[in-house]
Amino acid sequence: MELHALTAHELLGLIQEKKIAPKEILDAVRERIQTIDKDVKAYIRLNESRPDPGPCPIPIGIKDNMCMVDQETTCGSHILEGFKAPYDATVIDKLKRSGAMLIGNTNMDEFAMGSSTENSFFGATRNPWGLDRVPGGSSGGSAAAVAADEAIWAIGSDTGGSIRQPASFCGVVGLKPTYGRVSRYGLIAFASSLDQIGPIAKDVTDCALLLNIIAGYDNLDSTSVDLPVPDYTKALKKDVKGLKIGIPKEYFVEGLDPQVKDAVRAAVKVLEDKGARFEDVSLPHTEYGIATYYIIATSEASSNLARYDGVQYGIRELAQKVRKSPLLDMYDETRDIGFGPEVKRRIMLGTYSLSSGYYDAYYLKGLKVRTLIKNDFDKLFKDFDALIGPTSPTTAFKIGDRVNDPLSMYLSDIYTVSANLSGIPALSVPCGFSKEKLPIGLQIMAKPFDEEMLFRIAYAYEQSAQWHKQKPKL
Amino acid sequence: MISEKDVKHVASLARIHLKDQEIGRLTKDLEKILDYIHKLNTLDVSGVQPTGHVLPLKNVYRKDAVRPSLAQQEVLKMSVEQQDGFFKVPKVIE
Repeated sequence: MELHALTAHELLGLIQEKKIAPKEILDAVRERIQTIDKDVKAYIRLNESRPDPGPCPIPIGIKDNMCMVDQETTCGSHILEGFKAPYDATVIDKLKRSGAMLIGNTNMDEFAMGSSTENSFFGATRNPWGLDRVPGGSSGGSAAAVAADEAIWAIGSDTGGSIRQPASFCGVVGLKPTYGRVSRYGLIAFASSLDQIGPIAKDVTDCALLLNIIAGYDNLDSTSVDLPVPDYTKALKKDVKGLKIGIPKEYFVEGLDPQVKDAVRAAVKVLEDKGARFEDVSLPHTEYGIATYYIIATSEASSNLARYDGVQYGIRELAQKVRKSPLLDMYDETRDIGFGPEVKRRIMLGTYSLSSGYYDAYYLKGLKVRTLIKNDFDKLFKDFDALIGPTSPTTAFKIGDRVNDPLSMYLSDIYTVSANLSGIPALSVPCGFSKEKLPIGLQIMAKPFDEEMLFRIAYAYEQSAQWHKQKPKL
Repeated sequence: MISEKDVKHVASLARIHLKDQEIGRLTKDLEKILDYIHKLNTLDVSGVQPTGHVLPLKNVYRKDAVRPSLAQQEVLKMSVEQQDGFFKVPKVIE
């Protein structure tokens, strides 16, 4: 039996029946990494320690933007090379308490800025379904690790689609929880009003199990919400009969790959046959999502990333000759050397949007359009239990294809950014393959704090469709 | 329209020293992105309240109680240079 190929719930079952020891799982996954990570490059660095297995000894990959005591965390950036946090992120603390095995830091676009994981200082990750393809991003390392059985579970973060789009590209399940459902304490900030940590897993059951561990109020994150955390696995038992699900017509327009469209339509049919009722609906401000997102996300980023100045942590670079003053030159130089091109581009865009004379036209305007986008969802969720559409307009694109065209890269997030702008939970579940055998993802969205609805629909679909049983040939 | 002069100004606000070839490329990139963003101008947002974040939270208070915090050395140990319990930086004025 290849233990690395199993799911967390299968492994936990085997442990309970005393058929395997926790150590065997860890060994199997580490061996798998040794064999194939030279091709996939899902990890930036591995954690070699052997903690005592707790009740839930599942090997889990952690995106490289969560603080962990005594383990380097770099956010995929040169500027944080060598950084070891003096504290654990709340999510890390919860995972450690559960007994999960933190096996390494997964690759990501630098500061989570990107949709392909090509913007990592440590090199690109490859898609296990086609090594010439990107795994998506920014949590590309996490999604690729799970798809390639180099981790049983993984943690990602999602600011504009960074969990769901790579989950879609790699054929795994990824959830962006409601804003405030999971503590952001210890998550290295990109855009604080949009960032949310979430699970990436091999199937819907595993995704629910992992959310059970990481969700909950935290007094160290004042934007986490003090609501009870249900047992999300209970939502998996329910059927979808009588549910009212909307299909936003704006998610089926020009630019959508016909193969993706067909797969999503087929998934709708599966759920219809199970008794869900579908209706075409409209999210009229969808086409403004990307523009709004890139104003707000970059503005927040330009402020959040001001802390990387060579003083408290990370690298420091001194100027060769004095231009302004030795201190100011050190800031300027450290940030020039430390940040990659996409991060600089976004800091520049954000600084511009917030600068005197442009604030009203860009940042404030963005916040107002955000209200319109959120209102679209609020209105629909009065009548609908969920909304369904594609996660991404295409399957995984080729490495190098979009890296020199920032705008075309941004547009691959067109269906995912709205959930972050509105704060609602959204999940991507595999819904088929293209002719080239590349995975396609179905996105399900629900009202705030109704992750149970997402699991219920995704589970019902998954049980019929069984796409999750397919594995890439590596 | 964004000019190279604007880009240099924004770079100085953002405290990033850009090389000359970077300025040219960034000007072109930003122009293209801003041009796309200008599609928001077709929307009438008069009377619309801005959404800074999605939760109905105002100020979040906690008890003003003493709690353990990180030791000074723990915080300082990740810096490139430190001295006498301080972060050390290059000279502020020449």
